[in-house]
Amino acid sequence: MSQEKPHISSYRSHVFVLAALIVLTGISVAVTTLELGRLDTLVAMLIAGAKAGIVLVWFMHLKFDNKLYTIFTVLVIVVFLLVLYVTFFDYSYR
Amino acid sequence: MEKNAEHTHVHRDDEGDKLGMWLFIFTELLLFGMLFLVYAVYRYRNPVAFQLGGEELDVFLGTLNTVLLLVSSATVAMSISAIQKGLKKHALVFLGITLLIAVVFLVNKYFEWGAKIEYGFYPGGEALLELGHGTILFFGLYYVMTGIHALHILIGIGLFIYVFQQIRADKIHSTDYIWLENTGLYWHLVDLIWIFLFPLFYLIH
Repeated sequence: MSQEKPHISSYRSHVFVLAALIVLTGISVAVTTLELGRLDTLVAMLIAGAKAGIVLVWFMHLKFDNKLYTIFTVLVIVVFLLVLYVTFFDYSYR
Repeated sequence: MEKNAEHTHVHRDDEGDKLGMWLFIFTELLLFGMLFLVYAVYRYRNPVAFQLGGEELDVFLGTLNTVLLLVSSATVAMSISAIQKGLKKHALVFLGITLLIAVVFLVNKYFEWGAKIEYGFYPGGEALLELGHGTILFFGLYYVMTGIHALHILIGIGLFIYVFQQIRADKIHSTDYIWLENTGLYWHLVDLIWIFLFPLFYLIH
């Protein structure tokens, strides 16, 4: 089915991606010692989101695969965020 | 399909297999997504109890397991690169490392849970029941969410063992590696979920 030769990622590129993920983990752990209060959650989730994005794009190969997977993945994330939004819209006004 | 004269007699649809794997991954994302939703609502309603509960968890062990899973995600990806290049030995070594890390992750979980259970911090445990409603909720979610995640690790270990044998038997090779590729996708999903579990339970105060 896949018409052309599949994209082969080099070992090096995987190591770079891994390094980026570990650095982000370190930042995430370090930030919690800063006592940011309510910003804490936001920062932690933003960093986790960035890490998730890196895993999806490079390790899970979304960058090189059929764009259909990317579209579906974005849709799933949007559905989840919408449900989260609607739920909290409800809880905030109780 | 028609351009690949080699395997015309074998029915094979790698792209279809991969699409099926992705569809499964989406159901998994929504499964855990709903658990995250439950967590978010209970945290919103019991902020102090969730904060205190989080402080009970071992940040060091959590960080260690995070790094382990990230490394294993990289090694399984490298294993796929190796098989694509026809480097069977490399593929086996990288997959072996991945398998080993998965086992170490569970061993760490055993110690982590074991210490909690020893203190009576388990669903229905005496020490836990003496604490407030919010703390019970926190630990309930902690066990359910990390438990379902650990179950996924266990399934991953089974998949790695199977794929390892298939590579060794040359059933998975440079022109037919969809089993390894999908196993890799599954493992990245397990990593992806942990990426969110880790800050939610261990880090946020």
